[in-house]
Amino acid sequence: MKLSSSVFALLCLIFEIVSIALFLRGFFPVPVKSSFSAKSKLTDFPAEPHTGDGVNSSRAPAPLFRRVVLLLIDALRQDFVFGSDGRRFMPYTRHVLERGSSHSFTAKARPPTVTMPRIKALTTGSIPGFIDVVMNLNSPALLEDNLIWQAKSAGKRIIFYGDDTWVRLFPKHFMEHDGTTSFFVSDYTEVDNNVTRHLDGTLKRDDWDILILHYLGLDHIGHISGPHSSLIGPKLTEMDDIIKKIHSSLISKESEGTLPNLLVVCGDHGMSETGSHGGSSDAEINTPLVLISPAFRRKAGLEEPEVLEQVDLPPTLALALGLPVSQNSVGRLIPAVFEDSSLRDQLRLLQINGHQLSRLLRDSNPAFHKEDGYEQFRVAEKAHGSWMKLYMDGNTSEVLSNMGKKVLKQYLEALKAMSSALSRQLGNYDMYSMIMGMILILQVLVLLVLAMPEALSREAVVDVPLASSLLSLPFCLLCVLGSALHVLVCTSAGGPCYLCSLPWLLVFSVILFSSAFMCALGAMAMRRIPSSSKTPAKGCAWTLSELDTLLLIGTVGHTLSLASSSFIEEEHQTWYFLLNTLCLAVFQDVCRKYFREQRGRGEEMDGKYFRDPRGEEEDEDEKRASSGMSSRWEKWLALVTPLMTLACCRLLRALNHTGVQWAHLPDFGHWLNSGDHKPFLSVLSVLSLVLIFLLVQRHCSLVSKIALALGMLGVYSYRAAVGNVLFPWQHSSRTVSKGTVEARFVYVFVLGILFTGVKDLLRSQVMSSAGDSGRLKSRGLWEVYSGVVLLVALLFRAHNLPTLACCLLIQTIMAQFIWKKMHYDAAQTTIMHYWFGQAFFYFQGNSNNIGTVDISVGFVGLESYVEAPAVFLTALSTYAGPLLWACHLLCHLSSERDRAVMGLGHGSYCFALLRSIPVVFYVVLVTSLRYHLFIWSVFSPKLLYEAMHTLITTAVCLFFTFMDQERSARP
Amino acid sequence: MWDVEIRGMASAHAIIASSIFMATVMPAVLLENFSVYGTHMVWLYCVAGSVAVVNIAVFWLLGISPPTKKNTLSYKINRLSRSCLYFLLSCLFFHSVVVMYGAPLLESALETFSLAVLLSTLTTLRCLCILGPNVQAWIRVFSRDGAMSVWDTSLQITTGCSVIGAWLGAFPIPLDWDRPWQVWPISCTLGATTGFLTGLVAAPVWIHWHRKQLTYKLK
Repeated sequence: MKLSSSVFALLCLIFEIVSIALFLRGFFPVPVKSSFSAKSKLTDFPAEPHTGDGVNSSRAPAPLFRRVVLLLIDALRQDFVFGSDGRRFMPYTRHVLERGSSHSFTAKARPPTVTMPRIKALTTGSIPGFIDVVMNLNSPALLEDNLIWQAKSAGKRIIFYGDDTWVRLFPKHFMEHDGTTSFFVSDYTEVDNNVTRHLDGTLKRDDWDILILHYLGLDHIGHISGPHSSLIGPKLTEMDDIIKKIHSSLISKESEGTLPNLLVVCGDHGMSETGSHGGSSDAEINTPLVLISPAFRRKAGLEEPEVLEQVDLPPTLALALGLPVSQNSVGRLIPAVFEDSSLRDQLRLLQINGHQLSRLLRDSNPAFHKEDGYEQFRVAEKAHGSWMKLYMDGNTSEVLSNMGKKVLKQYLEALKAMSSALSRQLGNYDMYSMIMGMILILQVLVLLVLAMPEALSREAVVDVPLASSLLSLPFCLLCVLGSALHVLVCTSAGGPCYLCSLPWLLVFSVILFSSAFMCALGAMAMRRIPSSSKTPAKGCAWTLSELDTLLLIGTVGHTLSLASSSFIEEEHQTWYFLLNTLCLAVFQDVCRKYFREQRGRGEEMDGKYFRDPRGEEEDEDEKRASSGMSSRWEKWLALVTPLMTLACCRLLRALNHTGVQWAHLPDFGHWLNSGDHKPFLSVLSVLSLVLIFLLVQRHCSLVSKIALALGMLGVYSYRAAVGNVLFPWQHSSRTVSKGTVEARFVYVFVLGILFTGVKDLLRSQVMSSAGDSGRLKSRGLWEVYSGVVLLVALLFRAHNLPTLACCLLIQTIMAQFIWKKMHYDAAQTTIMHYWFGQAFFYFQGNSNNIGTVDISVGFVGLESYVEAPAVFLTALSTYAGPLLWACHLLCHLSSERDRAVMGLGHGSYCFALLRSIPVVFYVVLVTSLRYHLFIWSVFSPKLLYEAMHTLITTAVCLFFTFMDQERSARP
Repeated sequence: MWDVEIRGMASAHAIIASSIFMATVMPAVLLENFSVYGTHMVWLYCVAGSVAVVNIAVFWLLGISPPTKKNTLSYKINRLSRSCLYFLLSCLFFHSVVVMYGAPLLESALETFSLAVLLSTLTTLRCLCILGPNVQAWIRVFSRDGAMSVWDTSLQITTGCSVIGAWLGAFPIPLDWDRPWQVWPISCTLGATTGFLTGLVAAPVWIHWHRKQLTYKLK
């Protein structure tokens, strides 16, 4: 099968996208969700076995506590309470733990150990995975069934003081609240005083049922100076005083006849030895959980705290308050809390919890019958029924209590099994899908590499021996082997498996395809071997210039740097570094070219130096070309261009600081965005817009020029309407609007310009004369390009407009003086464009962290959130840098008359290869590092970014192929 | 002829390399609280100074520098002042390149400039010693196939190695290991020095290895 390079590259990228999707499906666990969208209700409770009529049978057991105070101390590590620090700094708490009526546990938090997911876990009882964090970027409020909602709808009055994440998660849930932001990490006293100042008044009052306090100070101290800092001690003592205050107040409020109160002290996550959190080291996931209430038995001494999951708290609290357990909770009751209740109540509570878990299990796992826990629960429920029968008959013998204890034990085991089955489902990787995706993507990469000599040849045609391999014996053998393996894996797999749940026909076609691919690869490799052994001299003659070496080392070095989490966090540094080096290498090339000429002249006078014949030839060339004065100018401009690019890059670098280590340093963008510097920002935006217009309009038709100018005006008035910049003619202080009208005004022009461009492209196809059609086509391409630029100018924040202007400036001067003059081939030009695109991705303020994606872009010109355009606009503005550079490459390559024939093919092939190498390496890396500490905090966001970037590249390649096809269609 | 030259160069290089070691060891003996990381600037200027002195001394004694046409005092002073000017310009050039690479512009400007001084000492000073303040000759040596003697080749190799060493030295800076040598500009200066030492060792070896292929014309 013969394919042109661009079609080949496009097909490879499409296969790659499919295999990455398969990989991602296996890598990110699907959240465990109940199929019911409604929230749990009291009436959902299962009937208590053998209690007669229906109404009474499904009643909930009476609540255990009247009031609950939840004291959440951010980053409270287990040893701060149970270890030596606790003995020194928290004497009251230790006293209560050792002598008072309390229970103490070690609650294990699940990674990511970050506050927001942990709060979700503590209220919903589910385990928010990484993908949840990504999916909920646009809706901060927690919509899932949760404890707070249940309490509110049961009429409980809730008061909250502390971290305002809660206020955002639960809007309108609290009777009274005061949120403190955790923005200023350096402040660790004021944040806590803001919580404590409400405490005395609130504790005196009687009008609340649940009080939630979230203290941030300890976490801030950890971030500043780590867990062994001298600041930790006083902070723990402060917390101890607060516990003492709350506890004594709760005791003094208690009177005969009312239910007891409960004080819960817990941490949301721990603190690593360096004081940070987010990972899954022991110090980060082990948090203390202390329950203090007069309802518990007094203790004789401090016992070793029992280990349980953090998600066990919400169902316990819910049932202790007489509320339904939230639907997606995977936790199980803490039996110690209920040990003083009657045996009947205990069994009833366990039954309710088990029923909820079994329903969740049934909804989330198709193979729930195979789970041990499910079966155990059925057995326990039956035994519960027979126990109830005896109990209702009035039997009070020893037999009854023994039997009851046995049922209790059965229930506990069933709960444990079901809970662990559910969490296993969350934490498990679907290895089969991951490995299949990895094999497919590896095949694509090998194919791309094997096809390199053909794809970069003058004909730019790749011959994939797919048809011949379909008939070969190895193909049939591989198919049979693959099917056998599939059946084997699917019948033996314990966990959920995406591929196994697919229709059989689809899977078989995947196997068929993969084996055909494998055979084709083998055939191509065989073809490559003899040719390389026959002409070994050719390999030696293939010399690399310094620039080639740099491009090669840079690509390989960047790919290898992905193996380190810090290099991923600071990937922008790698790209800036490589880009600077590239500019210097280009500068050296330019110097060599122009100064050799000078040397040539000098040589003629001296007749002294050695010259190689090739240089002489070039010199003659130059002399012929450099007849006029313009060539002198050109030389200096060419020399200045790389230096100017360097200067631009340095300025842009100071505009947006990204990454992790230096992101907090004040940058120019912040300075511009602060209110005092608005006039400056306005002037800068105007200058950038004018520069953008001047640079873009050169290649366009008159109509497009006018549309572009009006569009730029629209962009500025949009920014003025939104309130980013000042509008000179507007003196009255106008209210800030959403700027919908202005944005739509720009959209109209964008669409108009794009339409003109596409029309020109189509017209160029039906034209007869080749020269005219070529000119029209190039104009059409530039018009499409300027339409994209206008759209990006609208979407970029005002302080990012200089980035766009610099991007266009660099493109223009580099194309004018370097790429056209220096005779770089298409592959080199493509790699340079790719590097520039990558660097501009970071120049505009992106990073490998999901947090830096600017979601507000999705609302430009829209009244409300509409998913499809919002996603499109966000993706476009995030990947504006790489996209613009790819578009420029397309325009540049097709405007080059002499080598356009294979230039586009080479370009798209290089793009595909450049994208595939890091992606494949990264996929393999992530698979092998899947139990790494930073897998959820560093590696997975990067994986998503890589996948998205591959998708964008595929779209660009599609455009490339389209343009290339047009060319090959006409002779 | 060949072997004599190579041996001479190897010994000259050995002297320069030992001067770097001496510049590291001697202050440690003489000065209190001296450490390469802690008092990095002292170390840096020790190394730069000793390399400069030894370089000038060695090449003066060996008489490698191109024969001067005129031998008058004013000509010599002229040459000397031009050399100084070139050295200063090269310091500024390296400084601006390092700033382009992302070094902070204002804060720690002294450190950045010190790195530029060290780099100039390792590269430009040697050029000045061997080629003299003659830009045409520099362009010739650093263009492809421009070397005309073993000294030119060794100059190419050591200069390239120093610059590449400094380049590679910048890589560990973003790592969050919090090591003392990750402080700006320690890793780069160490990289440059290591590169320079490597170059000093590699140059004679490489020339010895390729002495068959190397044909210097018109010597």
